Amino acid sequence: MVPCTGRVDEGMLLKSFEKGADGVMVVGCLEGDCHFERGNLRAKARVGRSAAILDAAGVGGARVRMFNLSAGEGNKFAAYANEFVEQIRDLGPSPINRIRRGLPVSPSAAEQEETP
Amino acid sequence: MIMGSAKPLDEILAMIEPYDRIILAGCNGCVTVCRAGGEKEVGIMASALRLARETAGRPLEIREITLERQCDPEYLEGVRPFISDYQALLSIACGAGVQFMAEKYPRTPLLPGINTAFIGVTERQGEWAERCQACGDCVLHLTGGICPVTRCSKSIFHGPCGGSSDGRCEVDKNILCGWQLIIDRLKSLNQMDNYLKLHDMKRWRASRDGGPRSIVREDLQE
Repeated sequence: MVPCTGRVDEGMLLKSFEKGADGVMVVGCLEGDCHFERGNLRAKARVGRSAAILDAAGVGGARVRMFNLSAGEGNKFAAYANEFVEQIRDLGPSPINRIRRGLPVSPSAAEQEETP
Repeated sequence: MIMGSAKPLDEILAMIEPYDRIILAGCNGCVTVCRAGGEKEVGIMASALRLARETAGRPLEIREITLERQCDPEYLEGVRPFISDYQALLSIACGAGVQFMAEKYPRTPLLPGINTAFIGVTERQGEWAERCQACGDCVLHLTGGICPVTRCSKSIFHGPCGGSSDGRCEVDKNILCGWQLIIDRLKSLNQMDNYLKLHDMKRWRASRDGGPRSIVREDLQE
């Protein structure tokens, strides 16, 4: 938890994948509603740059994503969390985690068939 | 200050391909300001390289360090205690820093992680532009504080040339004509007499034409 998504930078996001995350969602305030004016917009740019780095590193940029909502939108938060979890489930474990578990980097055809 | 930008990850990965243990050294000087080689960029690049190498099945050990400057010998001592434990050093300082590090540690392969671009200024967040080519013979007092060597694409004196059109350069319409800028500024300063002065032959010998340059101040030497 950070006091503002403006505190989140590319280093933090990439480190999460090094530490074993399969996906990272960054949840910030609605655009235009930042108490610090541009914190969530800075985070959005950093998430974009992190995604490009993850693509270049072979991990996959789709594994990091920014969401925006207000503090009063609990239902929306739950919906976004479920949506992102489903997205990451579809992608499967990150290539880093696959290698650490002794699996080939890309899922085999049989594995893909098993994926719901 | 000196500006640069990170090399593509693929290019760096190819450079470090033979190695399993490297030092990644940033610099707290100019390249920190242009977001290419400071402490944050060390962390980001180290993570990116580790992720890429682990994904490729060849994990990479990286010792991260950011030196105060890589262009002063005392700060380069910061890596001496452990440099022999690593196979190579990837520096994301400017080209001067990389070379000075290589001189200091002749037995360690030195790799450049950024492309050094120019001496320039921060126009705005995320945008930097060239202002000086270090020609060694400054004439800014005669040209309204605008450098004809740098701002004119052809580095000509007594311009503008025939390729100047609506204040833009024929080399690229996105480039403002340096000489148009100079004339406009001289007019606003009421210093157009400077434009009419014939410059002596420029001493290009003070620029790169005489080979690598140095400044020796015996009064400062100990």
